[in-house]
Amino acid sequence: MSTQLAIFTREHYLNVSYGWKSWLFTRDHKRIALLFLMTITFFFFLGGAFATMVRLELMTPQGDLFQAQTYNKLFSMHGIVMIFLFLIPSIPAVLGNFLVPIMIGARDLAFPRLNLLSWYLLVIGGVFTLWAIVAGGVDTGWTFYTPYSSLFSNTNVVLAVIGIFISGFSSILTGLNFIVTIHQMRAPGMTWFRLPLFIWSHYATAIIQVLGTPVVAITLLLVAVERVWRVGIFDPALGGDPILFQHLFWFYSHPAVYIMILPGMGVVSELITTHSHKQIFGYTFVAFSSLAIAIIGFAVWGHHMFVAGQSQYASLMFSILSFLVAIPSAIKVFNWTATLYKGSISYSAPMLYALGFIGLFTIGGLTGLFLATTAVDLHVTDTYFVVAHFHYIMVGGMVMAYLGGIHHWWPKISGKMYPEGWARLAALIVFIGFNLTFFPQFVLGYLGMPRRYYAYADEFQVLNVMSTAGASILAVGYVLPMVYLIWSLRYGESASANPWGATGLEWQIPSPPPTENFEETPIVEEPAYNYESYSRASV
Amino acid sequence: MTETIVPKKIYFRVWGTLLILLAVTVGVAYIHLGWFNPAAAVGIAGIKALIIILYFMHVRYSPKVLWVFVSAGFVWLGMLFLWTLGDYLTRSYLPPPTIWPQ
Amino acid sequence: MSLIVEHQFDDYEQQQQATTLGMWGFLATEVLFFGGMFVGYTVYRMLYHAPFGEASRHLDIVLGAVNTGVLLCSSLTMALGVHEAQEGNRRMVMLFLAITAALGMIFLGIKFFEYYQKFEEHLIPGPHFMWNGADARHASLFFIFYFVMTGMHALHMVIGIGLMAILVFLTWRGKFSSVYYAPIELGGLYWHFVDIVWVFLFPLLYLVERSR
Repeated sequence: MSTQLAIFTREHYLNVSYGWKSWLFTRDHKRIALLFLMTITFFFFLGGAFATMVRLELMTPQGDLFQAQTYNKLFSMHGIVMIFLFLIPSIPAVLGNFLVPIMIGARDLAFPRLNLLSWYLLVIGGVFTLWAIVAGGVDTGWTFYTPYSSLFSNTNVVLAVIGIFISGFSSILTGLNFIVTIHQMRAPGMTWFRLPLFIWSHYATAIIQVLGTPVVAITLLLVAVERVWRVGIFDPALGGDPILFQHLFWFYSHPAVYIMILPGMGVVSELITTHSHKQIFGYTFVAFSSLAIAIIGFAVWGHHMFVAGQSQYASLMFSILSFLVAIPSAIKVFNWTATLYKGSISYSAPMLYALGFIGLFTIGGLTGLFLATTAVDLHVTDTYFVVAHFHYIMVGGMVMAYLGGIHHWWPKISGKMYPEGWARLAALIVFIGFNLTFFPQFVLGYLGMPRRYYAYADEFQVLNVMSTAGASILAVGYVLPMVYLIWSLRYGESASANPWGATGLEWQIPSPPPTENFEETPIVEEPAYNYESYSRASV
Repeated sequence: MTETIVPKKIYFRVWGTLLILLAVTVGVAYIHLGWFNPAAAVGIAGIKALIIILYFMHVRYSPKVLWVFVSAGFVWLGMLFLWTLGDYLTRSYLPPPTIWPQ
Repeated sequence: MSLIVEHQFDDYEQQQQATTLGMWGFLATEVLFFGGMFVGYTVYRMLYHAPFGEASRHLDIVLGAVNTGVLLCSSLTMALGVHEAQEGNRRMVMLFLAITAALGMIFLGIKFFEYYQKFEEHLIPGPHFMWNGADARHASLFFIFYFVMTGMHALHMVIGIGLMAILVFLTWRGKFSSVYYAPIELGGLYWHFVDIVWVFLFPLLYLVERSR
């Protein structure tokens, strides 16, 4: 009763001011995080709509639902929207923006206005991409390989490229903001090695965002120049080299996948420790593994080009380094598992998502090693094996981490608890739907079904139907949280400051937090995850 | 951020050095030195960039963390160069696989 | 002449350090942005050395060298401008920043004159490109990179000149003092960086095969 009153009368970041101007011109990182949340949720469902159409077409071996070129547009738009407008911003722009300042004990990020600009850039980039879609889409694949994209495609390449270019700057600004904030604005006593691992992984992600994105920006700009000016930069007829495009493109786009997973790993570190009420095993290893992934991840891009005509020595080197980059990821998985051991595990929805992440990310990561092996890659490249591999990591990994994080911090963000029963059900549905959708695709790929084709050999139909069926279940799993989270805003139980009994500065302030986050700057004296270890008492 | 105020004469010395290096770059370009020509061109440009960064941009008088930020961009660009050129330069080493003999 | 410390910072020093780090972070992105083009240019120059050399000799080395000199002088005046800002000499700051901008405009003037020359010589890639030597398509590739790289640089110069104009205006309005001059320093960092890009562009584009 008194907590209800407290929320009515206590001032916090949501009720401190009203009206559209107070949101569109806000400098509060928490409000900006919510602006991002709404934007990327929209793009998630748009990308999902494209995926639905793809899976519907693939229910039958013939190309009967769409024309070939339309199908090319569908998977291209699915990729572009999901990667650039959903996955890349997702956790950093929503959870990172909300939590980074609070977790380090600061009042806001270093550059609040740049933060707001970052959101506007994502929206503008999204508008250009929507324009490209409405004008007829793009059929080049999200990878924009030349010379098709620069010379031959009759679709809206330039519009799409502008959209990605602009949203890329959104990503760069977020990264810059995080790096400077984490360096400069930690509270007294918050040394680097007392930081939550969420911060370490966002720092590593920010490095990639800042140093990788500009290269894809200039590369796509050159593609646009080639299209508009009608000259050959990557055109073989004019002496250009399409493989140069691939080098420049993948220099960013491979590290980009680490932009898309590292924040998820940061979330999982938080979820595992909180919901097993236990100190993380091997803090230093997990922290440095994030940096290792970010740095080594820049040296492996050629594994996307094993069959493109790259030098065999280069392929050899990229292959070895790709194996190497798996090691820090594996270290994290081992450490999370060791953290769970003898922990007081609660099977709350966030924990279910975290456990799902560990299993599915492991499968996705291991299949990456298959692909890193040049001899195996020769057979499975450009097949559904690759599609399954990256969906296991992006969807089975990142999206589950994202949902887990949204649930875990929902009480903090909204001041309300979500309905636990429904949330667990949704997590289960997502897990089942996901595996049914994507596991058959490993088999399909291994058996030889190529990706990006709208028709396939008859013998692949059963697995494809399984996959589409799984997708429909997955869709239910994604819609459910939308429904009950919005429901909880009105009817949910009020949340206390620390409903999980977690460590971390964000749980020391009220739910929802006041605009300035802290009444007084906190002074940090304890290590991170300083849980009383229940395992000492139990045998 | 620097509290140090760099004396003007250092700026003038750097400027003088830059102009001399410009003359050297142009002069050396007219001498045929084979592969050393581009190496010299880039090398001299690198020295110019270095003194602009250290003195005009005050990095010499700045905290070490800034040095990391400054180098990061160039180190990463180096990675892009290294492995891209590594591909092109090693293509001739191993011939691509030929069709299996019948 | 007020010292503005934004609410998220504890004190002015923290704000200074943060904004400087942020500016350098942005410059790092610019290194990679231009760097992508440098890599592409390097690859093609390696593959097509002769036509690139031939094409490079069509660039006006005198104008290029003069332009480089102009920019190096502008870096000096920029550095002196920051120096005057540190000493709190409002008029000298305005003078040096204005000279810096003027030198930038001279640079652009010469650059556009060069572009016009290329137009007259039919060396702009596209349907009107005319090449007398062998390997026209590779020569065309050289010129594509020439125009895109120097064009992107020129765009950054225009932005830089705009920044100088804003800084001169703000200095005139008395926004800065010997205690608070951070925007001038940051503007200087940007200007020097654009200069550094040209320092690399000039030898790589203009001095390919001058010894023949």
